[in-house]
Amino acid sequence: MTSELDIFVGNTTLIDEDVYRLWLDGYSVSDAVALRVRSGILEQTGATAAVLQSDTMDHYRTFHMLERLLHAPPKLLHQLIFQIPPSRQALLIERYYAFDEAFVREVLGKKLSKGTKKDLDDISTKTGITLKSCRRQFDNFKRVFKVVEEMRGSLVDNIQQHFLLSDRLARDYAAIVFFANNRFETGKKKLQYLSFGDFAFCAELMIQNWTLGAVDSQVDDMDMDLDKEFLQDLKELKVLVADKDLLDLHKSLVCTALRGKLGVFSEMEANFKNLSRGLVNVAAKLTHTKDVRDLFVDLVEKFIEPCRSDHWPLNDVRLFLNQYSASVHSLDGFRHQALWDRYMGTLRGCLLRLYHD
Amino acid sequence: MPGKLKVKIVAGRHLPVMDRASDLTDAFVEVKFGNTTFKTDVCLKSLNPQWNSEWFKFEVDDEDLQDEPLQITVLDHDTYSANDAIGKVYIDIDPLLYSEAATVISGWFPIYDTIHGIRGEINVVVKVDLFNDLNRFRQSSCGVKFFCTTSIPKCYRAVIIHGFVEELVVNEDPEYQWIDRIRTPRASNEARQRLISLMSGELQRKIGLKVLEMRGNAVVGYLQCFDLEGESGLVVRAIGTACTLDKLSSPAAFLPACNSPSKEMKEIPFNEDPNPNTHSSGPSTPLKNQTYSFSPSKSYSRQSSSSDTDLSLTPKTGMGSGSAGKEGGPFKALLRQQTQSALEQREFPFFTLTAFPPGFLVHVGGVVSARSVKLLDRIHNPDEPETRDAWWAEIRQEIKSHAKALGCHAVVGYSESTSICEEVCILSASGTAAVLNPRFLQDGTVEGCLEQRLEENLPAGCGFCHIPYDELNMPFPAHLTHCYNCRKQKVPDVLFTTIDLPVDATVIGKGCLIQARLCRLKKKAQAEANATAISNLLPFMEYEVHTQLMNKLKLKGMNALFGLRIQISVGENMLMGLASATGVYLAALPTPGGIQIAGKTPNDGSYEQHISHMQKKINDTIAKNKELYEINPPEMSEEIIGSPIPEPRQRSRLLRSQSESSDEVAELDLSHGKKDAFVLEIDDTDAMEDVHSLLTDVPPPSGFYSCNTEIMPGINNWTSEIQMFTSVRVIRLSSLNLTNQALNKNFNDLCENLLKSLYFKLRSMIPCCLCHVNFTVSLPEDELIQVTVTAVAITFDKNQALQTAKTHAEKSLQRASTDNEELLQFPLELCSDSLPSHPFPPAKEHLESASSNSGIPAAQRAVTVEKASPVGEGNFRNRSSPPCANSTVGVVKMTPLSFIPGAKITKYLGIINMFFIRETTSLREEGGVSGFLHAFIAEVFAMVRAHVAALGGNAVVSYIMKQCVFMENPNKNQAQCLINVSGDAVVFVRESELEVVSTQQPTANCQPACAGGEVTT
Repeated sequence: MTSELDIFVGNTTLIDEDVYRLWLDGYSVSDAVALRVRSGILEQTGATAAVLQSDTMDHYRTFHMLERLLHAPPKLLHQLIFQIPPSRQALLIERYYAFDEAFVREVLGKKLSKGTKKDLDDISTKTGITLKSCRRQFDNFKRVFKVVEEMRGSLVDNIQQHFLLSDRLARDYAAIVFFANNRFETGKKKLQYLSFGDFAFCAELMIQNWTLGAVDSQVDDMDMDLDKEFLQDLKELKVLVADKDLLDLHKSLVCTALRGKLGVFSEMEANFKNLSRGLVNVAAKLTHTKDVRDLFVDLVEKFIEPCRSDHWPLNDVRLFLNQYSASVHSLDGFRHQALWDRYMGTLRGCLLRLYHD
Repeated sequence: MPGKLKVKIVAGRHLPVMDRASDLTDAFVEVKFGNTTFKTDVCLKSLNPQWNSEWFKFEVDDEDLQDEPLQITVLDHDTYSANDAIGKVYIDIDPLLYSEAATVISGWFPIYDTIHGIRGEINVVVKVDLFNDLNRFRQSSCGVKFFCTTSIPKCYRAVIIHGFVEELVVNEDPEYQWIDRIRTPRASNEARQRLISLMSGELQRKIGLKVLEMRGNAVVGYLQCFDLEGESGLVVRAIGTACTLDKLSSPAAFLPACNSPSKEMKEIPFNEDPNPNTHSSGPSTPLKNQTYSFSPSKSYSRQSSSSDTDLSLTPKTGMGSGSAGKEGGPFKALLRQQTQSALEQREFPFFTLTAFPPGFLVHVGGVVSARSVKLLDRIHNPDEPETRDAWWAEIRQEIKSHAKALGCHAVVGYSESTSICEEVCILSASGTAAVLNPRFLQDGTVEGCLEQRLEENLPAGCGFCHIPYDELNMPFPAHLTHCYNCRKQKVPDVLFTTIDLPVDATVIGKGCLIQARLCRLKKKAQAEANATAISNLLPFMEYEVHTQLMNKLKLKGMNALFGLRIQISVGENMLMGLASATGVYLAALPTPGGIQIAGKTPNDGSYEQHISHMQKKINDTIAKNKELYEINPPEMSEEIIGSPIPEPRQRSRLLRSQSESSDEVAELDLSHGKKDAFVLEIDDTDAMEDVHSLLTDVPPPSGFYSCNTEIMPGINNWTSEIQMFTSVRVIRLSSLNLTNQALNKNFNDLCENLLKSLYFKLRSMIPCCLCHVNFTVSLPEDELIQVTVTAVAITFDKNQALQTAKTHAEKSLQRASTDNEELLQFPLELCSDSLPSHPFPPAKEHLESASSNSGIPAAQRAVTVEKASPVGEGNFRNRSSPPCANSTVGVVKMTPLSFIPGAKITKYLGIINMFFIRETTSLREEGGVSGFLHAFIAEVFAMVRAHVAALGGNAVVSYIMKQCVFMENPNKNQAQCLINVSGDAVVFVRESELEVVSTQQPTANCQPACAGGEVTT
C-alpha cells in the first residue's frame, strides 16, 4: 500500500510556524520530519511518523505555492486563492524576508549579481546555512534592490510600500540596498569584528546626510547614491591638515578643552596629528569610487585601530570626537564650516558605533 | 422579452504575461450570454487593465436567464495570429432572479482556465431587470428559491412542507463526442463545463416549475448530482423538498437600495407566487388532476411529472374534534390516519430534510434503503430520459414499500446516489421511515386544535423513538421495551436513522463518529455477467456493513445512529462499502448489552484462554468508551420498566433490497435470526479478524470529538472559530495476492490514518469537534482507492463544557444561538393558531411586530432571543471574536453545516452550484498529483468565495463537495480532475455585533455592515 496522493486544503490556509521556519531554513522534507521528531512532537500529540511526514509534505506544498506570491507581497494581500488572516500574512512576509546575520555579513556591499550568486555554495559551507536558504536570502536582496532602484522618494518608504515589511526590517533592507549600490567593502579581515547592525547604523546616517536625498527629495535613487557634489567638495577640507598653522591651532584648541577630562590625554596629544590627517584624508579621497568602497577599511585603519591600540575608552573617543568637530568652528581661517559639519556629524556617529572590540 | 441582463466589465488585475517579448498583455473581454456576444476595447500593454466598459445589455427570456450562465472570456489580442484565451468566468445569474436574494453581482472573480488554473482576476458588475410575465404556460420558474440546506433555513418559517420534487436531464458527454478527437483539451473541457452549467440551470428551472405547480415557493434540501456515464452520456439529476416558506423578517427591505434600481420590477414576478397566508384561508380545490403541459419540444420531464406530487389536499375539517385528551394510542391511530391521507396522494412521500421544525417528526421507524445494479446503454435520445427515470422510480417505489412495512407513511432524510464503473451502475437510495405530523403538510389552520393536543401528549425528547409499527405484527423480529423516558410507549433497543439528531432528543453523554469499512474482491467481468456478480455480492456487503456498525455501536456503549450514510462503490475488481454515522446514547432507549464472544471449540484450553482474553479486552474497551463519551445513564431497575425483558436479540432496522437489471427484487432481512444477540462467534480466522478490527479503531486524541451530523450531541458552547477543509488520499494497492482481509486492512488503515492526520493538523484548535465529517470513497482505477473527506472543525469553550450540570436556561440559550429561528418560530406558529396557552404571552406582540416591521428585524430579534435566555448577555460576549484587521479581500467562511456558530444568518443570497474541470499535461512540473490536486481544490474554494463575495455574502453554508473525480496518467505526465460543489450563499452577522447594536442603538441599520465592504468594488 503506497500513498499516491495525500492532500489537505483548508478554507483558511493552515500555517504551521515551526514548519515554516524549517522550510525557510531550507531543510528538505525528510530533514524537516527528522527535526520535528527530535522536537518531541510525536510524544506530545501521540501522532505517528507517517502523520508527521504527510503533514510536513502538505505544509511544504502550501509554502511552495505561496512563494510565488511572497515575491511580490502586495499580491499576497490581494490574491483570492489562499484565505489567510492579515496577521498571518504579515508573519509570512516578515519571516520570508528575514535574513541570517551570518549570511548578510557575507554579501553586504557585494554586487548582487550572478557572480555573487555562484559564490553562495562557499557561503553556505562557511556559515552552515543551507544553500537553499542562502539562495532565498540572496534573491530577496536582489529582488528588493531591483524594485526600489531608480525610484523616487525615501528608500525605506519605498521598500515598505512594495514589500510590506515592518519598519525595522525595511530599514535593514535599505542598508543592504545602500551598501550593495555603493559597494562598500565589508569583508576584509579588519572589518570582521563589525556586525550587520553596525553597518546598518552607519548606512542610515549616511543615507540621511550624505545622499542626494539629504538635499533634494525629488530625484531618482535619491537615497541610494551619495551626493557627488558633496564628495567633490570634501577635498576642501584638506586645508585642515595641509596648513600647518591651522593644524596646530586645531590641536591646541582640542587639547586645551580636553585637558584633565581625558584618561588618555597624553596619547591623544601625541597622536592628534595622525588622527586628524587620517580623518581628513578619508574625506578628501571620497571623490574616487574605489576609495568610497574602502571607506570602512580606512576608518578602521586610520582611526579606530590607533585608538584601540592605545586603549581609549569609548567615552574618551566620544569626548575627543565632539571636541575635534566643534573646535573647527573656532578656526578663523577655515571657511567650510557647513561642509565640515555634514561630513563630521555623520562620521562621528559612525565612528562611535564602530568603536568596539 | 421578460428580462434585461446588464453587464459591466470594470477592470482586471494580476493578469498573466501573454507576450513574452514585452512581458505584458493586451487584454480584452468577450461577454457572452446565449447567442449574443459583446466585446470590450483592447487594453494595451497592461497586466492590470482598466476597461470600465459601458453596460452590455442582453434582452432575454427568463427561461434563458435560468438556464444559461453568463460567460466572460478574457483574451489577449494578437494582431497577426488568433487571439489567445487567458481564461473564463462563468457566472450563474440565478440568485438575481428572486427578489429576496442578491440584487447585484459585483466583485473580483478569478479568471479560470482549465489548463492553467486561475490566471488573474476580473472585476464585473451584473444586474437583471425582470419584467412581469403572466403567461400561465411559461417555462420559467423565476422566483422559486433554492436551498441546499437540509432543514428549514434559519430566517424562514415553513408554512407548508409539500414534499418530494425530482427531475433529471440527460445529454451526450462532450468528452465522448467524435469532435473531441480533433479539438484541444481546453475546448473539450470548456464544452463540458458549459454543458453542465446549462443542464443544471435547466434542471433547476424544471424543478422550480414543479414547485410552482405544487403551490410552493421554495426547494429545501436541494441535491443535484452528475452521473458521468462515459460513453453512454451525462445525467444531471436533482431531488429536493418543495416548501412554502415565509420569511420571518425581511432584511432585504432595508438593504441599501442603491444597488438595485430594478428592485421594484423584480418584485412583480414574485408576487405571482402564491402568498402562503392568504392562500391558506380557503380550502383549496383539488387541482391535482390538472396536468400542465409543456411545450413538447423542450420538455424532458417525465410523463408523470404532474402527479409526482400532490398539489393540494382536501382539508380534513373536523377530524380532530371529539377525540379529547386520551392516551397516545387512539391519537396515534388518528394521527396515522390523518397523515396517511395527507401522504397517500403523493407518489413519493419523501423528504430530503434531515432536521425538522419542532413537532414535525412524530415517530421514526428506521433506515430504509434500496440498491439496484444497472447496465448502462447509450442514451439515444436526450429528449427522452425515460430509462433513467424509470430506474429511479423503481427504486423509490421500493423505498416507499419498505417504509410502509415499518408502519410509516413517509421517508425523511432521503438521498440518492450512484456509483459507476465502466458500463455498470449501482443506484442507491436511502432514508428514514417516519410518521409525520400532518400540520406542516397542508394548510394548518383547521388542525390547530388537534395538533395542540397531540403535542401535549407527546412526551418531549422521546416521542420520535416510539415505534410506529404494530407491536403484534412487527415487520421483523425486534426486541421492544417500554420507553425509558416516558414509560408508556414501546421503543426498540437500537435505532438507526439517516437524519440529524432531533433538537429535543434527550441524549446522555457525547456522540462519536462510527464507521464501518469493507472491501470485497470481485472477478473482472463484462456487462451482464459483471452486473450479476455485483448484485450477488451486494447483500453480503450490506449484511457485513450492518454487523460492523452494530458491533461498533455496542463497543461504544451507545444505542442509536444518526446521519447514517452507506456508500457502496464499484470498481473493476472490487466493491467497497463505507458507512458513516454518529452514534449516541438516547435516554429513551434501553442500555445496550455488551458483546459476548463465543468459541466453537470449547474443549481446547488455550483457545478458551484466548477467548476470555479477547472478551476482557472488549469489556475494557466498552468501559473506557463509556467514560470517554460520558455515558452514565441513570440506574433503572427492571421492575420499574415492567415489561419482562425477553432474550435480547440483535436485529436490524434496515430493510433493503437489491435488484439486478432484470428487475428482480429480493428483499433481505438483516436480522440475525435466532442467534443470541451481540454474540460474536469466533469460528475461523475471518471472525478473528473482525474482532481485531473492532478493537483497532483508535479513539480521537483527547480534546477532539467527531461526528457526521450537524452538531455534536453533548457539546453546546461553540466558539466562532471554524475551519472547513477537504482532504483527499489515494492509495495504490499492491496487486500481488490481494485477499479480502488484506484489502480490508488497507482500507481501514487508509481511513484511520486519514483521521489521525486530520486530528494532528487541527491540533491547534483543541478543544474542538469535527462536524459533518463526510467521507466518500471511489475506485478510480484497478488498484487505486480514493477517499475524500470534507468536514468542519469547530472549537468549543472548554470551561463551559466542563460544567456538567447544564441548566435548562443554558440549553435554551444554545438552541437560541444555533437554531434561534426555530425557537422563535415556535411561538409564532402557536400564536397564529390563536391558542390561549401561549408560553410567552408578553413576547407575542413583540414578536409579531418584529416579523411585520421589516425595518429593524435583526436588532429586534436579538432582543427577543436574549429575553428568552436569561444568561444570554454574558455568553454572547464570551463568544465574540476580535474582528479581523482590515484586509483587502473580505473573509468568506465556508461550512458544511447549515449554521455558523456564534452568528446569525440574516439573508440567503442564493444557491452556489459550480462545476470545474482542471487538466494538466505537465503533472510533474505542477508538483505531481498532490501538487496538482492541492492547487485545484484551493482554486475551487477561491472561486466559491469570490462568487459569494460578489453576491454580497460572507459565508457559504451547507457546503458540499459532491464530486471529486480524479484521473491520472503519470506516464504521459497528465492528470484531470472534475469537481462539483454546492452550498447556500448567505450573509451572517456575529451575535456579538448584534448585541452591541441592540443595546446601543436598537434602530440602527446593522445588517449590511458586514456585507457592504465586499459589495462595493
